[in-house]
Amino acid sequence: MKKLLNTLFVTTPDTYLSLDGENIVIKQEESVLARYPLHNLEAVCTFGYAGVSPALMGACAERNIGLTFMTRNGRFLARVIGESRGNVVLRKEQYRISDDPRRSALIARNLIIGKIYNSKWILERATRDYALRMDIKRIKQVTASLTEAMQIVRDVEDLEILRGLEGNAAVQYNSVFDDLILQQKEHFFFHGRNRRPPLDNVNALLSFAYTLLSNDMTSALEAVGLDAYVGFLHRDRPGRASLALDMMEELRSVHADRMVLSLINKKLINAKGFTRKENGAVIMDDDTRKLVIKAWQEKKQEKIMHPYLNEKISWGLVPYAQALLMARYIRGDLDEYPPFLWK
Amino acid sequence: MLILVTYDVSTLTPEGRKRLSKVAKKCLDYGQRVQNSVFECILDSTQFRRLQLELGELIDETSDSLRFYNLGDKHKTKVEHVGVKASYDMEGPLII
Repeated sequence: MKKLLNTLFVTTPDTYLSLDGENIVIKQEESVLARYPLHNLEAVCTFGYAGVSPALMGACAERNIGLTFMTRNGRFLARVIGESRGNVVLRKEQYRISDDPRRSALIARNLIIGKIYNSKWILERATRDYALRMDIKRIKQVTASLTEAMQIVRDVEDLEILRGLEGNAAVQYNSVFDDLILQQKEHFFFHGRNRRPPLDNVNALLSFAYTLLSNDMTSALEAVGLDAYVGFLHRDRPGRASLALDMMEELRSVHADRMVLSLINKKLINAKGFTRKENGAVIMDDDTRKLVIKAWQEKKQEKIMHPYLNEKISWGLVPYAQALLMARYIRGDLDEYPPFLWK
Repeated sequence: MLILVTYDVSTLTPEGRKRLSKVAKKCLDYGQRVQNSVFECILDSTQFRRLQLELGELIDETSDSLRFYNLGDKHKTKVEHVGVKASYDMEGPLII
């Protein structure tokens, strides 16, 4: 398995990133803030108006280092992609599957099973760990219906029906998500998902965590030679990394939601770190954003047993491992795409 | 693994001073400068071998020397820093 390399986040505004030898150099005005060797990095993520020299863009593209630009608030702006690598035969097969609704459905089905399974286990775990602080009966009702949904999904071969089932399962899961928030309830609550812009603290956190996850997923897909923009469950739309969104579904709850919950429940963040704008949008301040990034990077270093590969890998490599399994399925080496089922 | 690279390049001649700057630049490509002629590099074994070869070609073995200390993968407990010029942790979260 490949080694997990580090991701560099640039959150200081008015910085300029350039290349010096094999180093990325971060400058502000004329002073050098930091320099890191490129071979230790697998992605660079900038927030705000960091300029990047063409030489560095080229170097990143050549070394397969994802270079992403985001706004100060963490909304995705652009990413730098170099020459397409990997196997053209693999990508053509991916397009063929994407054009065929039935074959797409066979993949989408497994992705959705992964998503429902993982959401279910988050709820099950919570009821086990905090039995006295939750409405167990209500949560058990939801997990039971998620189990049922999984059984139905298993036999569906129609994309529209699958999307409907996925939507229902998400509504079910969201209906008890607020119960998982155990601390600071007056400032952190979840009354449904909203985005662009997020309207409360929890949604702001979730949106940001999903952005981080989608960046990791997109880079992972590109690393194995798949086209992140051609999906099976999500339809093609210019500029949307549909396959990355597809593949994220099964990781959203275990990777992003759990981190958000533990930040709140362990009181690592507090309500002071958020501001509400006139239009109701909630944004995080820079320090809180840094805390979230730090938690995200630390989580990526944690080791888990990959349930399908049966190998100990870090959380940060899970997107890469799943991208690899997807490529193997598309290539015909696997009979089915094995979703990531968290235990 | 963490590789500590230290060098002594004789600067008595103009050629020596040229070699010194080349060696320093090469080390900088691979890691961070922690003291004047001391570099810490996080490398895999291929990169380490390449660094050794590339530096070996730059120096003049009759007057300069190179030392590589391999501190392995579990190097966190092996390095302690006192005083100015604190280094960064290449494997921790990198946020600027």
